[in-house]
Amino acid sequence: MYDGGKIITGIIIGLVFLTFPIWYTHGTVPPRPEVKLPVKEKECVEPRPYMKTKHMQLLDLWRDSAVRVGKRSYIAFNGKKYNMSLQNTCMSKDCHAKKTEFCDECHNYTGVVPYCWDCHIEPKKEPKEKPEEKH
Amino acid sequence: MGVNRRKFLKIAGISTLGVAAKPAADALAIEWLDKKLGGFTVSETLLHMFHKPTGFKPGEALTAERWAMVVNVKNCPEGCNACREACHRVHNVPDIENPKHEIKWIWHEEYEHTFPGQQHEHIEEHLKETPFVVLCNHCFNPPCVRVCPTKATFKRKTDGIVMMDMHRCIGCRFCMAACPYGSRSFNWKDPRPFIKEQNPEFPTRTKGVVEKCNFCAERLAKGQIPACVEACQEATKKKGREPALVFGDLEDPDSEVRQLLRSHYTVRRKPELGTNPNVYYIV
Repeated sequence: MYDGGKIITGIIIGLVFLTFPIWYTHGTVPPRPEVKLPVKEKECVEPRPYMKTKHMQLLDLWRDSAVRVGKRSYIAFNGKKYNMSLQNTCMSKDCHAKKTEFCDECHNYTGVVPYCWDCHIEPKKEPKEKPEEKH
Repeated sequence: MGVNRRKFLKIAGISTLGVAAKPAADALAIEWLDKKLGGFTVSETLLHMFHKPTGFKPGEALTAERWAMVVNVKNCPEGCNACREACHRVHNVPDIENPKHEIKWIWHEEYEHTFPGQQHEHIEEHLKETPFVVLCNHCFNPPCVRVCPTKATFKRKTDGIVMMDMHRCIGCRFCMAACPYGSRSFNWKDPRPFIKEQNPEFPTRTKGVVEKCNFCAERLAKGQIPACVEACQEATKKKGREPALVFGDLEDPDSEVRQLLRSHYTVRRKPELGTNPNVYYIV
């Protein structure tokens, strides 16, 4: 092999660079997303494990049911009646009123970009937080 | 010899039966399925079966077999724009001035544009000035529904409203070409910067979808009449007139709409096209 030493060195350096992210972050765990759960409402429309894994299917079902069939009422697992609406139910004042503290946390963590908010209006930002006091 | 004559005929016979059976079964099954599924498609029903039961119609909802509107043009107060303002405010319709980009759900049109072919130079004086309220006609035979490749535009089986499912619209604009009334607008740009005050209860649209009047399907579900009709009632009441917009069930012989149709001469826009519009005009 001509210039074998150079080639092999090059390959080794290349491998080191390519695998850099793997061994550099090995053993460390990125901070897990922390969602802020609503204070007032204790229960969602379905039990928590179901909502965690299947909220997208549920929302899909809601949109088909509300838009295409005109059936807009949903009976939750606890027997309560809900209006099938992302803006008016899920993201209402007492529930997930802040998109950044709920939806975005996990979606950013998993790199998911749902296009819900291209059209659906996220709740208005609450009045600005108290300005920091000057020392 | 792999296949002898006898075997070949057997296979041919069975295949013919198979091919013929499918359309026959489809034709029989479609009607049965339609009733069974209550408006959902097969795949939607399957999805729901494996997840959770479907929803139901809210008890307070206004229902009809076929919604229709009567526009009594003579009752429109001069310079009144209440219907348009109410509709566009409730539905987050952007206010874009450029006529190439403008979005409209309900608006005023001249007589000759509302009823093209009917105008002549010696026409009644008042028709020249009267603005005609025009909107989606929610046709009984909607050409926009026929051309939509994704079924984003569809006619609700329950009450005949021609609706749009923005989630499915791919912005091909076939519907705009198909609609003979110009009732549809395309979002050439992000509409959000052009909405003065957002109504947080209704979504906006996004760049690249078509939109139009939905006969306030979301308000009917809450037991409210369409926003334009409500605004019109208030505006005409102030002037001491009967409302110019009347909304009701065309299939109910006692509805306000039917009473007006019985007692007045009414016209519809471009009826010769066979779209069978559900908006009637008392000229």
